Amino acid sequence: MTAVHGGVLGAAYLAASSPVHRLAPHLKLVAVLGFALVVVATPVDAAWSWAAYGGYLALVLLAAAAAGVGPARLARGLAIEVPFVLFALLLPFVAQGPRVEVAGIAVSESGLVAAGGLLAKATLSVLAAVVLAATTEPRALVQGLERLRLPSLLVQILMFMVRYADVVGGELGRMRVARESRGFQGRHLGALKVLGPAAGSLFVRSYERGERVHLAMLSRGYTGRMPGGPATAVPAQDWLTALTLPLGAAAVLASGLLLG
Amino acid sequence: MTAPAPSLLVEDLAFAYPDGHQALFGVDLRVERGERVALLGPNGAGKTTLVLHLNGILRGGRGSVAVAGLPVDQRNLQEVRRRVGIVFQDPDDQLFMPTVGEDVAFGPRNLGLPEPEVRARVAAALAQVGMGGAADRPPHHLSFGQRRRVAVATVLSMHPEILVLDEPSSNLDPAGRRELAEVLESLPVTVLMVTHDLPYALQLCPRSVVLDGGVVVADGPTRELLADPVLLARHRLELPYGFDPRTVP
Ligand SMILES: Nc1ncnc2c1ncn2[C@@H]1O[C@H](COP(=O)(O)OP(=O)(O)OP(=O)(O)O)[C@@H](O)[C@H]1O
Ligand SMILES: [Mg+2]
Repeated sequence: MTAVHGGVLGAAYLAASSPVHRLAPHLKLVAVLGFALVVVATPVDAAWSWAAYGGYLALVLLAAAAAGVGPARLARGLAIEVPFVLFALLLPFVAQGPRVEVAGIAVSESGLVAAGGLLAKATLSVLAAVVLAATTEPRALVQGLERLRLPSLLVQILMFMVRYADVVGGELGRMRVARESRGFQGRHLGALKVLGPAAGSLFVRSYERGERVHLAMLSRGYTGRMPGGPATAVPAQDWLTALTLPLGAAAVLASGLLLG
Repeated sequence: MTAPAPSLLVEDLAFAYPDGHQALFGVDLRVERGERVALLGPNGAGKTTLVLHLNGILRGGRGSVAVAGLPVDQRNLQEVRRRVGIVFQDPDDQLFMPTVGEDVAFGPRNLGLPEPEVRARVAAALAQVGMGGAADRPPHHLSFGQRRRVAVATVLSMHPEILVLDEPSSNLDPAGRRELAEVLESLPVTVLMVTHDLPYALQLCPRSVVLDGGVVVADGPTRELLADPVLLARHRLELPYGFDPRTVP
């Protein structure tokens, strides 16, 4: 019943020691955010748009290669995108405006462009996020957010989520084993009568654990603020390495705007 | 010259939970510096309630608690919480930071200690419980016994006057139980240990206090208390099958 190494949340992480793994988490966060902003800011209907998106794709694949994240891993990460894909597929059919023929079906031209743009932007951003998740442990991500001055309350919430995902997941698993050991099968509608209260009891258990953790924190002098650890300075070289991705993307965008 | 204040002095402590349920009815307890005392009693006796009074988590009833002479009240709360190190029953409640090292550092950092001092204390506390190499590991990767020992380290790093453990041997395998005993025996601090594990009490604590129904009903040498079948039966305490406290070394 034990979760994989690193637990429920750690499943996205790929243990290795590539140059990307070694970068400080907050640098990687800034890099991915910057990259996504550039991608989102790129127009979809300019003549040079597709060249720009090709450039972004090349950049993110380079980053993945440097991080040792393989194509299979990237593809699995893209699964999160499926709802967007479904939505994008609808656009050419429902959008207004002039129609074009695609494989014998009349679809909206503007809808087609919008759908293509949406898919390209989502895919590129998700790819960058997959590289981030594969090279950074969840707890390091939280530390990165803290370094970036995210409000302390939010950071604490995320930190507890990372710490207790496995504990709550384990509790959920034990409740399921206990149910099924007594012949329960959750395959029909009547099962909701059992699962509803089970969810309620998981909530109560988690809530009570929250109270006990809070007591334990108070007992060690907690006053509402997480005491900060030492913040090691990051060499300028690391910033440069991390910012290669967004700066490269910005260069692609700029040349598109200037030359295109 | 006056003698040094006892590590713990509880006088006439009474307490009712907000729902009206009264859990303590006038508890008196005095623990001298360096003593190791077991707190025994059946389920619902009020042991955990008493423990939560020792560092002021629960307050507001009748009576008083003082730690090394310092009364537990609103003004002294921070200092009291440094002096009283409580190790809770479930290490998953106690270990909430992402890594063992950061968790052990949590208390000292709350005290506002400078970073080199924090690091030194973390290293020393982990060494004391035999977990020297574990500073960078996430708590959920450790065995239960290791987590329990790390939980002890998280309060040792605050240099407490008195270490209070709520059922330290529960859920440990025999080896983990013995290892924890070795750790506790090696510590030069006052210990108050809540336990249902009577042989453990006999092994570690020369003196025991029995709490039942919210009052102290017995207080004396552990061996004598455990050798009194009438007392044990009256307070729902039972020795393991075949265990004879008089023949244990
Ligand atoms: N939060 C609460 N609200 C109301 N009553 C409570 C609360 N916590 C405990 N009690 C009651 O107070 C009494 C003492 O409980 P306490 O937890 O101190 O017992 P204990 O000696 O620690 O028992 P155990 O050996 O089971 O841990 C019990 O009757 C219990 O039902
Ligand atoms: Mg208890």
